[in-house]
Amino acid sequence: MNEHPAYTPYHPRWLRSRPSTYWWLKRRAYLAFITRELSSIFIAWFIVYLLLLIRAVSQSDASYRQFLAWSRHPLVLLLNVVTLFFVVFHAVTWFNLAPKAMVVRMGGKRVPASLISASNYLAWAGATALVLWLLLGG
Amino acid sequence: MAKRSIEPLLWLLFSAGGVVAALLVPILALLLGVAFPLGWLAAPSYEHLLGVLRHPLTRVVLFVFCMLSLFHGAHRFRYTLYDGLQIKHLNEVINVLCYGGAIAGSVWAAYVLFRLT
Repeated sequence: MNEHPAYTPYHPRWLRSRPSTYWWLKRRAYLAFITRELSSIFIAWFIVYLLLLIRAVSQSDASYRQFLAWSRHPLVLLLNVVTLFFVVFHAVTWFNLAPKAMVVRMGGKRVPASLISASNYLAWAGATALVLWLLLGG
Repeated sequence: MAKRSIEPLLWLLFSAGGVVAALLVPILALLLGVAFPLGWLAAPSYEHLLGVLRHPLTRVVLFVFCMLSLFHGAHRFRYTLYDGLQIKHLNEVINVLCYGGAIAGSVWAAYVLFRLT
């Protein structure tokens, strides 16, 4: 490119072909990418599901039972099984990515990626244990 | 002077939401969405859940968790639409739908959680 291009009111046209709408089906890595991105929908759905549960509990024992019956409906159950797959995929890809996103230095040295991943998985185990204790224990 | 962009804030919400969603959604989805409905585990009693939800800390944590997860989802879904379907030219509609949805969801979460007594 010229360092001082002449002014032109027209945007230059590049020769670029538009990729197919289904470009993400072409490779495994692309498919993994789009799977990870689509986890966003399932996270949003789960928050709605959780809030519906909390709303039912805030109303009455009867509406809680009604919610439990609804959660056993095959379609809701199927959606939640698919949701579980996507959210676990999100969690695993997120924690594996953490060392690349976070550069932690201690004593002038970069903390190894494995240690950052391990601490993330440890936090995951802790959060999981806390939820199990809150919902099942006591 | 350069115009201040809201984009860094959205990325911050995206990554904070990504962390809390990764930490909490899998186990919650496993228990509430699969294990209790299938009867693998007995669902907690009404009194137990009400007790957990009555604690102010639970409600504050749940609110922050819901809000951040919704913004995480909205931000990522926005880029999914941009890249996956190549419809970036519709960005205004997409932004309103994604972030509008996240804001509406957060308001609803606050309503549901803090109305509870």
